[in-house]
Amino acid sequence: MARVLAPVPNRPGSPLLILLPVLAFALLIGPVVAGLLGAVLPALGFLPTLGGTSLSLAAFEELSTEPGLWWSCWLSLSIGLVTTMISFLIVMVFVAGWQGTRAFGFVERLVSPMLSVPHAAAAFGLAFLIAPSGALMRLVSPHLTGLTRPPDLLIVNDLWGVSMMAGLVIKEIPFLMLVTLAALPQARSRELSRVTAGLGYGRLAGFTHAVMPLLYRQIRLPVLAVLAYATSVVDVAMILGPTTPAPLAVRVLQWQSDPDLHRRFVAAAGAVLQLGVTAFALLIWLTGERVMARLCRIAAPSGHRYVRDRTGRIAGAGAMILSVAIIVAGLVVLAAWSAAGLWRFPDAAPLSFSLANWARALPSLVAPLINALAIAAAASGFAVILALGALEYEARAGKTPTIRALVVLFLPLLVPQIAFLFGLEIVFARLALTGTLAAIVVVHLVFVFPYVLLSLGDPWRSWDRRYGHVTHALGKSDNTVFWRVRLPMLTRPVLTAAAVGFAVSIGLYLPTLLVGAGRWPTITTEAVALAAGADRRLIGVTAFIQAILPFAGFALALAIPAVMFRNRAQMRPQG
Amino acid sequence: MSDPNRTATGLALRDITIMLRQARLLTIDACVAPGDVLTVMGASGSGKSTLLSFVAGFLDPVFFATGSVLLDGVDLTTLPAEQRRFGLLFQDPLLFPHLSVGGNLLFGLSPDIRGRAGRLAAVIEALAEVDLVGFADRDPATLSGGQRARVALVRTLLSRPRALLLDEPFSKLDVSMKHQIRTLVFERARARGLPVLLVTHDPDDARAAGGQTINLSPPCP
Repeated sequence: MARVLAPVPNRPGSPLLILLPVLAFALLIGPVVAGLLGAVLPALGFLPTLGGTSLSLAAFEELSTEPGLWWSCWLSLSIGLVTTMISFLIVMVFVAGWQGTRAFGFVERLVSPMLSVPHAAAAFGLAFLIAPSGALMRLVSPHLTGLTRPPDLLIVNDLWGVSMMAGLVIKEIPFLMLVTLAALPQARSRELSRVTAGLGYGRLAGFTHAVMPLLYRQIRLPVLAVLAYATSVVDVAMILGPTTPAPLAVRVLQWQSDPDLHRRFVAAAGAVLQLGVTAFALLIWLTGERVMARLCRIAAPSGHRYVRDRTGRIAGAGAMILSVAIIVAGLVVLAAWSAAGLWRFPDAAPLSFSLANWARALPSLVAPLINALAIAAAASGFAVILALGALEYEARAGKTPTIRALVVLFLPLLVPQIAFLFGLEIVFARLALTGTLAAIVVVHLVFVFPYVLLSLGDPWRSWDRRYGHVTHALGKSDNTVFWRVRLPMLTRPVLTAAAVGFAVSIGLYLPTLLVGAGRWPTITTEAVALAAGADRRLIGVTAFIQAILPFAGFALALAIPAVMFRNRAQMRPQG
Repeated sequence: MSDPNRTATGLALRDITIMLRQARLLTIDACVAPGDVLTVMGASGSGKSTLLSFVAGFLDPVFFATGSVLLDGVDLTTLPAEQRRFGLLFQDPLLFPHLSVGGNLLFGLSPDIRGRAGRLAAVIEALAEVDLVGFADRDPATLSGGQRARVALVRTLLSRPRALLLDEPFSKLDVSMKHQIRTLVFERARARGLPVLLVTHDPDDARAAGGQTINLSPPCP
């Protein structure tokens, strides 16, 4: 009897479902490509709306005569590399030295709240701490310093960008920590560390030789994203960064917003230069990766155990705790300034507290607050729908995510924001979309979607598929499985992903500013705009509101399932 | 040993071969009469769970199968799982954690029973039949292992399956409970005339099932 190949069962699926992953890919690639074209063409002199119709290098020639241009490039490059290196080292040494301990569990719980603090708020908090008239100087004055006036020092906005690096490091540590925590189980960190400990290796050495090779592969894209971000960040640079000259990205923004429209050609050339600087930083990092891997391979056969790593371990823990403490203390100081009455130097605390600052600031903050909430709600909502669609398509089609898909997912995070947003704004202007709410939401979505998908992917994929089998066996369709079983069971991670998206959207500065054309001020654009001024009370109120919005999102994401499933023990976390 | 004149009623696994890449994982040709149990035994890795997922209709695409699954003479091989109506029990009861016990059963209950009151009554009655009176509003997480297993069985039976597929459903129960649940499952299947395919590595299960037993040999190297 001839064998008949058993045909694959026909699933009466919905062909429309494939539209969601297609849309998601288009969203990740489209704006980046369009934006880069929109920057490269004007940089080469082609921008018909401003009279540029022929290709030339004039814009680059003009760019090269900008004063301090090379110093700006150096700042972007050095700040990016130093920031990434320090944050990466602190996270690795801390994880290597302390995983499985109580201190580790403590830090683990703090990661998400620290991550949710927007960059701008953390940067303001740091500035309020370390400024010559800041909280730290007040704490030690006049008893230790003898100062009764703030010293004349350039601490914030220092020439080399040291305070900016510090502000970035404290914010990148929680991000790298989170992606590392997610990757540790796959890298079989616990088991391998036990093996190396059994062979007599110190924690740091054992981790470096046994866990890092696997772990680094998992966290490589996020690390590169941190590097790309740090070389091109604008909002933190405007708050903490050097001003004469500023890092390149800030200067591109200045040229872009110059009243002389002709300066846009210079801005376009600057955007392309920024792309080059970031690419160069990535190249240096990738070379460094190879060197480090080589060194490890050379060192491993020597068999040195490096048992005495106490100093390193303690330094790792100290740096980790310090970074958390700076964020928390910064928020406290912001809150104090927001409610401060008279607060003279060197008093450690204000003479009085009042709500007068809030009463003064709030009327002008209502509209930015509503804008921010509306944009963030829309962007995170759409991002969750797209992510669910992509994941459900993946599940039904029986596909597994590929490395290529992951690179695409990280694309908007690997290309400097200023480089493609500048061009995207030009494209949107052509389409008469600049300044529309829809355009802002789309651009936010570009940055929100990767984080939402990264947050939702693991819990969604690790759902026990047998629940689906049981449901099918009860005679239910794919759609019933999705709507009545999988989605309700995963309510908590779905809402957490939405809160992550909400937090990302709230913190976005450049996309809101450039694509919104100033017509949609948000709490973040308002806060950053205050950086140039000296009204600490107003900054305190604005930055404090900015900082608590993401917390509110996460609180809701916890509260909703807690109420919905109050009588369902297994639906609780770790249930 | 294919015999085209075999009884047309019941579940027939005809000339099934499952391959993993180039290697043959298993071959089986058997049938189960209504109310009977076919036990497929094998060590882990022998492919017995893979066989079950092929019969149920969700074979992982890494596998490749030939042969057909027939119920009462009708070929179901091309039908998706939800149209085969094979009740499925795993070693975990897999009660939906977001629904109450009653919610789980209402979800499983065949749509042929209409009307809110009628459906609720069917669920309450089914619970009473397995000594779970008053459990409809309970959170599944608060039930004991044996109680959960019974709810899972009831949920499956309420969907009016045409056959039962059991994937080591007793292996996680403690000894006293194991006997009780096993008897209950086989009893119900017999009473409804359902053909049962049981895969297990526990010889006690095979003995209790009382029907034909097939041993899957370990995969050829």
